[in-house]
Amino acid sequence: MDPVLLLLLVLLGFMLAGSLIAVETRDLLSSVICVGAVGFGTSLVFLLLGAPDLALTQVVVEILVLVVLVRVVITRRDETHATSRATLPVGLVLLALGVMAAIVFGTLATGEDEGLTMRPFGDPLLNEQAEASVMAPAGEKAPEGAPARMPKSAGGAFLAHGLSESQGSRGTGAANYVMGILLDYRAYDTLGEATVVFVAVLGVYAVLRKVGRSRHAGNESDR
Amino acid sequence: MTLAMAPYMLAFLIFVVGLYAIVAKRNLIKVIVGLLILDYAANLLLVLVGYRTPAEGAPVAPILVGGAEKAADLAASAVDPLPQALVLTSIVIGLSVTALVVALAIRLHEKYGTFDTGLMRNLKG
Repeated sequence: MDPVLLLLLVLLGFMLAGSLIAVETRDLLSSVICVGAVGFGTSLVFLLLGAPDLALTQVVVEILVLVVLVRVVITRRDETHATSRATLPVGLVLLALGVMAAIVFGTLATGEDEGLTMRPFGDPLLNEQAEASVMAPAGEKAPEGAPARMPKSAGGAFLAHGLSESQGSRGTGAANYVMGILLDYRAYDTLGEATVVFVAVLGVYAVLRKVGRSRHAGNESDR
Repeated sequence: MTLAMAPYMLAFLIFVVGLYAIVAKRNLIKVIVGLLILDYAANLLLVLVGYRTPAEGAPVAPILVGGAEKAADLAASAVDPLPQALVLTSIVIGLSVTALVVALAIRLHEKYGTFDTGLMRNLKG
């Protein structure tokens, strides 16, 4: 068995166990720390799958989330479990599990129809190549000097042309292809991401501000 | 179903655990924890889909080492860079969403003195 696959399954099992404990434990602090373990497990999986940029970002994000959540949980009382716990009807749970199993098996079953099923793990669309004439836009011929076979997926095209200057202005020249896509081909996407982060910070400020909160300063229950 | 589908299966299971926490839990912190787990599982599934088993040795990250003449080798062996770029954006946006949700939970705790949604009387619909 492939050692990478084995290690991956062990890490995913660890993450599954961590998330189950995080969801089911009664102590909120344990729950938050378990979700931190799941996040660091994600980071390790990214590292294992050849995504070092993602692993670094995930560690930073995880530390921030963990610090904020621990700070929230540790200073606040919680009486959720003093009251009786609402239980879901057994029939509803069984129905939900059945629907989930149908979706998962329908998605993952390796069938004959290539377009409808997922490719097996470790064999992405990246491995496929097509004739250049097939990949050209409808009604046009393949450009002069292009290689006879071209990658079939967008990721393969980025890998094939990311560095080269021969394909017109397609190449970025960046050695790190992920950063080339993020900051050059999809720069507007990254700008939008920065906007989302900015709006989220404004939202946090608006929700948590103390100044100018209440018109009835004397009425505490109206806050 | 073969062993090659097992990583996808586990990622789906982690996703469903997060979804369960969001739907069934009364405590706001548990709901946030479920949201985080859901986020991780979705990101993980995207990166898993882009993974390419190396011909030999460790998986190859899409980073060029050793000059432009190695570019063709890298294109034939590296994992898919496109899901990685999109997931990088998704991770940062997940952080912003979490920060906003945590702020709302703090505000609700300020107002009602509890994280239990069942005890927030004015929220009953």
